[in-house]
Amino acid sequence: MDWLEKGDGDMKLNDDEGLATYSSIEQEGVEHNVMKKFKDFEELMDIQPEIFLTRDRHIDYLLKGLNMLSKSYECLDASRPWLCYWIVHSLNLLEEEIPGVMKSRICKFLGKCQHPKGGFGGGPGQIAHLAPTYAAVNCLSCLQTEEAYNTINRNTLLEFLWRMRQADGSFTMHDDGETDTRSIYCAVSAASLTGLLNEDLELFNNSVQWLVRCQTYEGGMGGCPGAEAHGGYTFCGYAALVILDHYKLVDTDRMLRWVTNKQMKMEGGFQGRTNKLVDACYSFWQGGLLPLIHNTLEQEGGVEGEVAEAQETWLYDQMALQHYVLHCCQCSFGGLIDKPGKSRDYYHTCYALSGLSSSQHCPNNHAIHVGPKTNVLVAVHPAYNLTYDSVQKAMHHFGNLPLPSQ
Amino acid sequence: MSSSSDEDESYKMYKDRPEWNDVKSVPQDDGPAPVVQIAYSEKFKDVFDYFRAVMAMNEKSERALELTGSAIELNPANYTVWHYRREVLKALKKDIAVEMKFLSQIIMEQQKNYQVWHHRRALVEWSQDFSEELDFTADIISRDQKNYHAWQHRQWVIQEFEQWDGELDFIDKLLEQDVRNNSAWNERYFVIEHTTGFTDEVVKREIEYAIKKINLATKNESAWSYLRGVLQDKGLTWSKSLCDQIHSWRGEGLRSPHLAAFLLDMFDEDLEKKKCDVNKTMDKVRSLCKELAEDTDTVRRKYWNFVLQRMTKEYEVK
Repeated sequence: MDWLEKGDGDMKLNDDEGLATYSSIEQEGVEHNVMKKFKDFEELMDIQPEIFLTRDRHIDYLLKGLNMLSKSYECLDASRPWLCYWIVHSLNLLEEEIPGVMKSRICKFLGKCQHPKGGFGGGPGQIAHLAPTYAAVNCLSCLQTEEAYNTINRNTLLEFLWRMRQADGSFTMHDDGETDTRSIYCAVSAASLTGLLNEDLELFNNSVQWLVRCQTYEGGMGGCPGAEAHGGYTFCGYAALVILDHYKLVDTDRMLRWVTNKQMKMEGGFQGRTNKLVDACYSFWQGGLLPLIHNTLEQEGGVEGEVAEAQETWLYDQMALQHYVLHCCQCSFGGLIDKPGKSRDYYHTCYALSGLSSSQHCPNNHAIHVGPKTNVLVAVHPAYNLTYDSVQKAMHHFGNLPLPSQ
Repeated sequence: MSSSSDEDESYKMYKDRPEWNDVKSVPQDDGPAPVVQIAYSEKFKDVFDYFRAVMAMNEKSERALELTGSAIELNPANYTVWHYRREVLKALKKDIAVEMKFLSQIIMEQQKNYQVWHHRRALVEWSQDFSEELDFTADIISRDQKNYHAWQHRQWVIQEFEQWDGELDFIDKLLEQDVRNNSAWNERYFVIEHTTGFTDEVVKREIEYAIKKINLATKNESAWSYLRGVLQDKGLTWSKSLCDQIHSWRGEGLRSPHLAAFLLDMFDEDLEKKKCDVNKTMDKVRSLCKELAEDTDTVRRKYWNFVLQRMTKEYEVK
């Protein structure tokens, strides 16, 4: 556990400086549990020197869920395309082949979730919503088959996106639904993958300005202008700007300072907001920002660009993040979790694995990994959270198609 | 609304209710070989089979309203049901205050759900009655000081209905309870931004405020980010008394990495404005980056090394 002893040693643990508050008490509780996991491993190091990503167990958990889910999943009955994406994408990361028959079943099911007026809902018969739309398009892109691409009705999808658009450039999530940073990302991502984004498209005209207003004094972005800087919303806002090629409008320095400060010095994982707790899903939402920022710095050029280009790794402690996910977030029955003590679910499985992948693959394509080489996952495209193949094939397929008339 | 359970004997499935005899329920169409199939309880299937039927008929009646209530209880995240419920409320011209009472109970049980908070905003927009909102959000915040939805709703109400008075006091109390509550700090910035703005007077006052809070917990990132935030436009070296305070803290041997980072940024400003001896300042910069990367903030060593490389290239190489 040398990374824990390096440098300030004791200073790795939270120091409440004699003023215990709710925030510091919560933090100390988590550190206690995390430290126990690290120490448990240390004690067994003579017998088991390496930490393994328990691929087979995770694959079993994923395949099971792809088929059937328990009654406790009733609360996700309006998010079934998400379940498809979380599971299929995780299987892609783990390089588990999905049989053609199963791929076809997924396509047909997602087809049932597609709404006649465009976009996808959380289940058959539900009205369309930008989040399951994003998830469905992503999942279909993961499948990489003609049937998958043909499932998407691009004409009605574009109509749906236009209906969600507001005058100020923001998007509601569904008819008469809420507006926040997620919606623009979901719309931009889906449009981009299905070849609907082109120079003439006025759909996202004011969206860039709206997003820029979401950056707070801390440097991260909130759910809407004024709201607290938060990892999930920051990823959505920034990735949308990257896809729209307007990332330069953000104060990159401030964002970089904010996100690097979200890595927990003891746990190694990321928190979602200042003074809150670590959570494995932020391994992607926060950790995944760094490759995007790196790209921005390089593109911006100048002194920053040169220095960025010279970096062999991302600007955060990738190994510490991997230690957190591998030691603390793998459920022994398969699947991954938020933090020790929490239950597994497909959302955390997807984003812990996605974050792990992101931390394993460096700027110049070489991989760095905690544990054996077999722990290395397939690399992800940082703006879409899909494998590069999935992004390329989808864009190639749809890029050749004519645009729907608006 | 009482939360019914499968064991609740007074609960009757909709298929067994005589007043629903005329309706043929609509089973879910997952297709022949579905995926991610959920093992719904009989109760769940029954309610949603009837909800699908009602939606297909576009029925906007009292019984439809009750049905949406049953559906919401089983899955409060079903946004289609909430959307339909709003349409029924409008069609029946229901009393919004009554609906608000119903909603408030649900929010108490489901404080982190998007749909309930959006529904609340919709009701307030219709009625334009925001009289309970500050108290309600304050109540939720008292149970979960950082509830994102509650804060977002509160910000919307305050801005939409210009209810800025008293908010700084509200924030003060929260920060007294927990000076590390970043949501409260964020709110403070929001209020000032939209009221007085960051005038010279206000900035001076806020610097003093931040210094007081920093003295309580020097490693509290929230207070330091806020300090940086209020000086965004004026620059970190604008206030001489603050500069003195920074140096004084360093003199006392305070090991907070945020203090070192702040000092580093002050040097960056001095270098950029050409207000100092480049060599001497870069020596101090190097020493600070080394302290952070190797000693007090090692998890961020790559970032601090990047900052050093950047500053070296920017100021020394030129």
